[in-house]
Amino acid sequence: MAATEAPRAWSERWERTLRACAALKGRRARAAAPLGLIGGVLAGGAAHGVTLPEDKAEAMYHVYDGGGVRATGPALLVRKSLADKVSLSASYYVDMVSNASIDVVTTASPFKEKRTAYSLGADYVYRDSQVSLSFYNSKEPDYTADSIGMDVSQEVFGGMTTVSLGFTRASDKVERKNDATFQDYARHWQYRVGVTQILTPRWLASVNLEAVSDDGYLGSPYRVARVFGAAVPERNPRTRSSRAVKFRVIGDLGSRDALRGEYRYFWDNWDIAAHTAEAGYSRYFGDAWLGDVLLRYYTQDKALFYSDNAQADTVYVSRNRQLSTFNSVAIGAKATYTVPNVPAKYGVKVTGAYEFKRFKFSDFTDIRTGQPYSFDAHVLQVYVSATY
Amino acid sequence: MTSTPSSRRRVLTRLLPGALLAVTASVYALPLAPAGLAPDFTLRTIDGQNLRLQEQRGQVVLVNFWATWCGPCRQEMPHLNRLYEKYRASGFQLLGVNVDEDPRSAAALATKLGVKFPVLPDGDKKVSKLYDLSAMPQTVLIDRDGRVRYLHRGYKEGYENTYDQQIRELLKQ
Amino acid sequence: MNARPLLRLLTAALLLSQLGACAIQPWVKPYERERLADPIMQFVRDGMLETHREHIHNVREASRGATGVQGGGCGCN
Repeated sequence: MAATEAPRAWSERWERTLRACAALKGRRARAAAPLGLIGGVLAGGAAHGVTLPEDKAEAMYHVYDGGGVRATGPALLVRKSLADKVSLSASYYVDMVSNASIDVVTTASPFKEKRTAYSLGADYVYRDSQVSLSFYNSKEPDYTADSIGMDVSQEVFGGMTTVSLGFTRASDKVERKNDATFQDYARHWQYRVGVTQILTPRWLASVNLEAVSDDGYLGSPYRVARVFGAAVPERNPRTRSSRAVKFRVIGDLGSRDALRGEYRYFWDNWDIAAHTAEAGYSRYFGDAWLGDVLLRYYTQDKALFYSDNAQADTVYVSRNRQLSTFNSVAIGAKATYTVPNVPAKYGVKVTGAYEFKRFKFSDFTDIRTGQPYSFDAHVLQVYVSATY
Repeated sequence: MTSTPSSRRRVLTRLLPGALLAVTASVYALPLAPAGLAPDFTLRTIDGQNLRLQEQRGQVVLVNFWATWCGPCRQEMPHLNRLYEKYRASGFQLLGVNVDEDPRSAAALATKLGVKFPVLPDGDKKVSKLYDLSAMPQTVLIDRDGRVRYLHRGYKEGYENTYDQQIRELLKQ
Repeated sequence: MNARPLLRLLTAALLLSQLGACAIQPWVKPYERERLADPIMQFVRDGMLETHREHIHNVREASRGATGVQGGGCGCN
């Protein structure tokens, strides 16, 4: 599908856009490649109004415990603006993982590992635009990921509409423990576009679209697939191309509370289609407390080459439960306390958040029991944020 | 299914005009400020006094539209307060028109920041509409004859120096 | 690589943004944005917590992307 001519007239392009939107779902896209997700999220973070993000310092301790995996660690962030023009940020994140997941327990033995991630960002505001640059590096004993991203956002239509574009390019190095002969790469490209629109003085909506493409080694050197009941190393395609579109709406309900809803549809060329729906409610209690509750529902169907126990020897085969058919329901709550009696120019907040998640797989069996696998997970986050 | 350097370049060249367009899209006409006489208005201060703009004729007046929910407005307040104290004896008046829905939050913040100039709540937004308020904050400098001479939209560090220069210039006339 | 569908949608978004220069005037004035400036009106209020949640989801779920960029807010300056 090489583009040989570039349409010149806007009207011609508009017509093609309309036709392309209709055909978008069925189109098979060519590979491109992304993933430095964390970098992208950090960069695409808070571009509201056209003021620089506030100076702040944050510290968090996070815990994830579910399905035999326990990942805990600290995270730090510092942000400072220079000359009211540029805001610089630096962050540090550690995951200390103790892995006794079903894959690990049934094919190997539990292990412990540490992953460290650093990221740097710069945000520049000029009139109604904001340009953000971000760099990200994540390192663990057998996997290194680096990414660089850029996001541009522009306020138009009297500040009621924000249009944004972003791009992230990531490059990973994949290795295998106790095997110096194994070394491979994975490259990722992410393109994103978003529009946020103020609907009324109390309601806001946004649409975001992101295309992610990957190239290289996209599996795990430790994971096995099952073909005719026997374990074989998994074989994944070396490219992947995906699209996701998310709709969000948030509104002020009038009694110092807000309601938000979001829906994301994801599809890729591995034949996975996924739906994510999330709803959240936030409310102020008195002067110092803020509470949130959230509900999340996620469902996906399997990749074309995924099989719990393949009955044919295909080119690609995987038993990666991340690519299987499953759903997950989550419920969470968060409470934020604003510390009083702090000097005027500082603002200190302490937050605690808990989320309970239940994963239920349809076509991934727990080989210890023979039943479809399911597990519960707990996520706990404790976080202090100080603006200065 | 591989990406080639030339197809990637094509993607970027397609993306670039779009990005540039987005950046320049903000440059379309903003509503113009009143170029002649400053529209007259009467508002009650938080102390209960009635204040009319026309009665300030003969003085240089700075009208600042602000709100407690606006970060740059809060940043600007101490600077405006300083300018008020510096020039009030020379025939300078500073009016802080507040657009909060609840005038009590305006009064609370004004007290906290030690604001000395009159704070005028404009809850029903009559004066904001009259002045076609198109940015937050907005600062209007009016000369001794009641004419609008300077208009500043927004606030960035360093704007207070420009206000200082302009007030001095208007006071000399 | 072919990002043509994405570019088309992008062009559409930009064209829509040009509408502001035409007949429709912005109907929410800068001084009416009090509720929108409140932190609870942000899609993502605590970036660090959301990044962590996003990471948990990306490791366990096949879908990724479209996490979103924020607009709205006080619109000051």
